[in-house]
Amino acid sequence: MDPDDLRAALADAPGVPDPGWLDEALARVAAEPDAVGRLFPAAGRHCGRGPLPAAPGWHADEAARALLLCALPADRAATEAEAGYRYGDADEKRAVLKALPLLPIGAQAVPLLHDAIRTNDTRLVAAALGPYARHLDQPTWRQAVLKCVFMGVPLSVVDGLDERADAEVATMLGGLTEERRAAGRDTAADALALLDRLTTGGGTTAAGNTRTTEA
Amino acid sequence: MRIFDPHIHMTSRTTDDYEAMAAAGVRAVVEPAFWLGQPRTNVGAFADYFDSLVGWEPYRASQFGIRHHATIALNPKEANDPRCREVLDLLPRYLAKDGVVAVGEIGYDSMTPEEDEAFAAQLALAIEFALPAMVHTPHRDKARGTTRTLDVVAESGIDPGRVVVDHLNEVTVGQVHDAGCWMGFSIYPDTKMSPPRMVEILKEHGLARMLVNSAADWGRSDPLLTRATGEAMLAAGFTADDVDRVLWRNPVEFYGQSGRLDLSDLGEVAATFEGSSIKRGGS
Repeated sequence: MDPDDLRAALADAPGVPDPGWLDEALARVAAEPDAVGRLFPAAGRHCGRGPLPAAPGWHADEAARALLLCALPADRAATEAEAGYRYGDADEKRAVLKALPLLPIGAQAVPLLHDAIRTNDTRLVAAALGPYARHLDQPTWRQAVLKCVFMGVPLSVVDGLDERADAEVATMLGGLTEERRAAGRDTAADALALLDRLTTGGGTTAAGNTRTTEA
Repeated sequence: MRIFDPHIHMTSRTTDDYEAMAAAGVRAVVEPAFWLGQPRTNVGAFADYFDSLVGWEPYRASQFGIRHHATIALNPKEANDPRCREVLDLLPRYLAKDGVVAVGEIGYDSMTPEEDEAFAAQLALAIEFALPAMVHTPHRDKARGTTRTLDVVAESGIDPGRVVVDHLNEVTVGQVHDAGCWMGFSIYPDTKMSPPRMVEILKEHGLARMLVNSAADWGRSDPLLTRATGEAMLAAGFTADDVDRVLWRNPVEFYGQSGRLDLSDLGEVAATFEGSSIKRGGS
């Protein structure tokens, strides 16, 4: 998903409350980056919040907010993404997290992923595990994957799951499964399937079979 | 009985409260920013609190099928602390949020010059952001405080129909009614207002512009007294439609003036412990 795809998906979206708003907002942000502080939180009210049929995994407000960040001058992108996250409500934080792989910021925003993964909000943990999570170190990434299983977040949100899951993830998943079993509780089917692929080699190929198309 | 509690501090309440509220018919709440008992000493403490009001607390509420919105402001008590004045500069960021449906709680605590300044500045922000205002009335010197509150509201130029003056009682309700503002009543176990007294006020002043809240917080309070008031209304001969007007349609009308109240997907079966925002996260 790149900015042009998002823009096209938004243009095709049904029921946008204020169709002219986004173009004007994008032009304004490009010319006057400080304006993003008020436009970013307002995006959902003008562009809607429904799922975008042409951009699976994205909602209208998230796409509009991601485009606002993409419209910033390159040298402001990291600062404004950080501010948008710092002062954002949960939807704004989620939009920033999903926008990160689209921004010219390298690994600068990794601390935002750390923050999101520390939360107990499943929406934020899930959004932190998109393509930008390639910048996470392996121990942090493993902990985040286990946290998804622990919180009931489907592993389909984890970008590149099968490429990156390793023997250590298998050990950790095995431990969790054992604890759950001892407590008479179930482990999610997708986690058991991952454990099976990791321990038997079944289905673990470079192509993977659970790679998400989200984000 | 569907209930919208237009003033409750859920940050200070437990998940047991959320469960009991949902079971009692509470489907929506507004949580005004106020003080937390323990004074704050810097602007960052407010930023974290505001983040919680637009982030964590709505998420917590959604797990019980309750829709949560907030009002944001520098409260009157802490407006007197010079260490907290910078909060006024932080407000525009939060007043732009989807989940923020009013500026509040603003108003008076001790009626100091600092409170005057913060009150006027925040009414101006309400006008700038096209938001209603929620105004707290003082616990001490309440009648004169209410008069002064109404003077400041009139001077600000805000439409009185976009202002709720809260924590009213038999003595203060009349002047707020005459000023054209909305009237808020906090039903407490034994102080501000009780269900039977509330019923008498509704008989005398009618149902228009009336908001009944629990204002439950970290002090002795009860989030189910909205429901108790609805039951007291029925027992006194009000109809189920009257109760629905006071406990649901009135708060929807008042906060709906923000253009940001989102009660979508809150159907009759809303209390399924699956707010749409959770589903959206893929949980």
